[in-house]
Amino acid sequence: MKNSKFIHLVDTTLRDGSHAVSHQFTAEQVAAIAAGLDAAGVEYIEVSHGDGLAGSSFNYGWSAVSEEELLKAASGAIKKGKLTVLLLPGIGTVEDLKMAADCGAKVVRVATHVTEADIGEQHISIAKKMGMMAVGFLMMAHMVPPEKVVEQAKLFESYGADYINIADSAGAMLPEDVKARVGAVVEAVKVPVGFHAHNNLTLATANALAAVEAGATFLDGTCRGLGAGAGNAQTEALVGVLDKAGYQTGIDFYKIMDVAEDIVEPIMHRPQVVRNAPLMLGYAGVYSSFLLHTYRAAEKFNLDPRDILVELGRRRMVGGQEDMIVDVAYQLAQKRGGA
Amino acid sequence: MKKVKVAVIGPGNIGSDLMYKILRSQHLEMALMAGIVESEGIKRARNMGIKTSIEGINAVLAEEDIKIVFDATGAKPHLQHAPLLKEAGKIAIDLTPAAVGPYVVPCVNLDQVKAEPNLNMVTCGGQATVPIVYAINRVAGARYAEIVACISSKSAGPGTRQNIDEFTQTTARALRVVGGAQKSKAIIILNPAEPPIMMTNTIYVEVEKPDEQAIRASVEAMVKEIQSYVPGYQLRVPPLLDGNKVTAIVQVEGAGDFLPKYSGNLDIITSAAVAVAEKLAQKILAGEVAA
Repeated sequence: MKNSKFIHLVDTTLRDGSHAVSHQFTAEQVAAIAAGLDAAGVEYIEVSHGDGLAGSSFNYGWSAVSEEELLKAASGAIKKGKLTVLLLPGIGTVEDLKMAADCGAKVVRVATHVTEADIGEQHISIAKKMGMMAVGFLMMAHMVPPEKVVEQAKLFESYGADYINIADSAGAMLPEDVKARVGAVVEAVKVPVGFHAHNNLTLATANALAAVEAGATFLDGTCRGLGAGAGNAQTEALVGVLDKAGYQTGIDFYKIMDVAEDIVEPIMHRPQVVRNAPLMLGYAGVYSSFLLHTYRAAEKFNLDPRDILVELGRRRMVGGQEDMIVDVAYQLAQKRGGA
Repeated sequence: MKKVKVAVIGPGNIGSDLMYKILRSQHLEMALMAGIVESEGIKRARNMGIKTSIEGINAVLAEEDIKIVFDATGAKPHLQHAPLLKEAGKIAIDLTPAAVGPYVVPCVNLDQVKAEPNLNMVTCGGQATVPIVYAINRVAGARYAEIVACISSKSAGPGTRQNIDEFTQTTARALRVVGGAQKSKAIIILNPAEPPIMMTNTIYVEVEKPDEQAIRASVEAMVKEIQSYVPGYQLRVPPLLDGNKVTAIVQVEGAGDFLPKYSGNLDIITSAAVAVAEKLAQKILAGEVAA
C-alpha cells in the first residue's frame, strides 16, 4: 500500500473553497460542481462550511444556504464518488454528523489542532459505528516537530481512523518540512497517509508532490485552488503533475480542467492569487482561514492586515480562533491611539 | 463565626482547588475530602490536617453534620450520588456535566435559587459568558448569542476532551436558559501555546435594540459583580457594535490557589461553586433553609 502508484484525490472545492466565497455557495452551484467532479472521476468530494459542519456562525461567517440543503444537493449529483464532510470537534458535534450521514455523507474527516487529537476520539468512534469511513485530520502541522505529529497520528490510528491527513493549514511548510512530517507518519502508522496543502508561499503543488514522494497516498486539492488564504493545491494541476510523475489518480485530465474553467471559475469572487496578506500568512505561519476576516478587521480599525497577521503568529493562535483577529486589531488600534 | 460543614467528593484538580477556596471561606468548614483511592489529592488534604476518606460517597453520607457536598467526580458517578445525597438531606453542588439540577450562575440567578437539593454549575465557558449575555439581554434583548471559549490545552482535562460535545451543548443551553438568549451556539478551542494562554472568551450577541451606551454600562456593571468572586475576570474588549451585532471579549486569570493562574477556566467554576455554597450557608445559618 505504501509504495502504491495510485493517489486518491480528495477535492475540497466545496469545503475549503467555501472560505474564498465567504460561504455563499448555492445549492445549484454545489450540485453542478459535485456532478462535474464526479463525472471527472474524483473519488472523494468534500462539502461543508469552510470551518466544518456547523461552522456557520458570527465567528466564521454565515452560510448563505444550510448545510443540510447543500449536502442533499451534492448527494443527489454524485453517482460514483463518496460524499465527504469535515468536522472540527469543539465546533461541530455528533448531532451534525448524524445529519450529514442522513444526507448521504459516507466519509467524515475529523480535524483537530496537531496537538489535540484526543478531542476527536468520540467522533471517530461514533462515525465508525455508523458505518462511515473516518479520517484523522491534523491541522497546523508546521507548528510542531515530526515526532509530535507521529504521536498524534498514532492516537487517531488507535481510535480507528481509516487514514491520517496531515494539513499545512497555514501554507507555511517548505517541501523538506512536508517530507519530514509525512515520511515520519508513513513509517509509524499502518493506515494510509494524506496531505493537505495551502499555497500561501506558492508551494502547494510542490509540497503535494513532496508528500507523495514521502509516501502519502491521499492528496487534497481544489479546482482553481479555490480556498482559504492563497488557496489550496489546484486539483486539475495535481492531476496533470501526478500523471507526469508516473502516478495514477483515475481522474480524466480534460474533464477536471473543464470543471475548473467552466463551472468553478465563473463563480469565483476574485482570482486566487498570492497577494501580500496571504504571503504573510504563510511566512508568519497563521491559519489560512483568517485572511478575509483580517481584511475586514484591518479596514474597520484602519490597520495594515500584515501587522495583524504577524501579531496573530507571534501569539501562536490556532485554527478556529478567528475571534482573536478582532482582539488583536482592537489592541493594536488602542496602542496606536495611545502613542 | 459559626460555619456550615461541607465535603468535597473527587480530590482531583478541581476538588483540590475547591478545598483551598473553602479553607478561606468565612461561612464554610472543610469537613471532609472523599475519594475512592489513596491518591495525591487525598494525601495533600490529609497533610493539610483535613479529614479524608477513600470510601467515596459512603463516607459523606455517614456524616450527618455535613450539609453541602461539592461533587467534582464525573457525570456518571454524580448520577449515582445525586439521589443518595438528596435522601440524606444534603445539598449537592454539581461540578460535573450530569446536570441533574438547575443551572446556577451566581451573579445571574443565585437569588432565585431556593432550597434546591441539587445545583449544577454548567461549564467553565458558561460561567464566563452567561453573565455577559444576561447583561446584554436585560438592556438590549438577545435574539442570538454565540460564544467562543479558548482555553489552554494544559487546563483541559481528560473529561472535557473525551466528551467535548457535552461542553458545547451544555454551554449553548445555558446561554438560553440562564442568559436569556432566544437562540445560541457555543464553540470551544484548545490552544497549546507555551507559556499557556489565559482563558479568553468572545461573546457575540445579535440584539433587538443596539443601544451602545446601555449595553456597555450593563456589561461593565456585570463585570464588577463577577470580579467580587473571580478577581481575575477582565473585559479585554468592551462591547463593540456593528449594526445589531455586539462583540465583547473577556479574559479570566485564575487566583492561583491550587491550579496555575492560566487555568482561569477551572478557577471560574470552582469560585462560582464556592460562591453558591457561601450563599446557601448564610441561608442555613439564618434558618431560612432547613438543614
